[in-house]
Amino acid sequence: MIVLTDQPFDPGALLTAFARGRRETGAVATFTGLARAEQGRTQVLELEAYPGFTEAEIGRIADIARTRFELDDLSITHRVGRIGPGEPIVFVATAASHRRAAFEACDFLMDYLKSRAPFWKKEHGPEGARWIEPRTEDYADAARWD
Amino acid sequence: MARVLLFGPLRDVAGWREREAAAETIAALRALLSAEDARLGEALAAPGVQVALDQAIVRGDAALTAGSEVAFLPPMSGG
Repeated sequence: MIVLTDQPFDPGALLTAFARGRRETGAVATFTGLARAEQGRTQVLELEAYPGFTEAEIGRIADIARTRFELDDLSITHRVGRIGPGEPIVFVATAASHRRAAFEACDFLMDYLKSRAPFWKKEHGPEGARWIEPRTEDYADAARWD
Repeated sequence: MARVLLFGPLRDVAGWREREAAAETIAALRALLSAEDARLGEALAAPGVQVALDQAIVRGDAALTAGSEVAFLPPMSGG
């Protein structure tokens, strides 16, 4: 399941729903990303997507993960719009027979979402607004899986 | 007429998010936008800026038709 939402979400509730009713899955791994306050420099984080294209590109990334890690299932929820410090931005859950595949798929999905999914982030703070460029580490993290 | 979309910092450089433009190729569209706004032209040619034609990434030039949607995508930053 891939969801983009402009509303706050509860990662615990998403995990409960994702893990329910599984009989052959031995491992569920999750990652939740939160918006940082950056010591008061970020009052609001604004996330822009390209409707239609962003979902399709995440779908492509999800298909790679499903095949590569032989997942039973996965779930990605990503916020768009304006996000306050401490609010979840992204939730990823992966289900596999064994833990290693679930952990690795979660790691892979986050590395790809950071620098290969069509999102753009703007930080609004007391000194104005600035667009956040992906860091060199973000590209290096994604390249680990090439 | 192609529909042109700008994302992220490109929007702030241009001062617009979406417009129509009469161009028959992506190269011609870049030339047109550059002629109107040299700063935007430079920003569109910066490393890491990708182009999507009708929601599929294209590299190099491509023909546009009436109703084509061309999006300029600066370096992506999710998560």
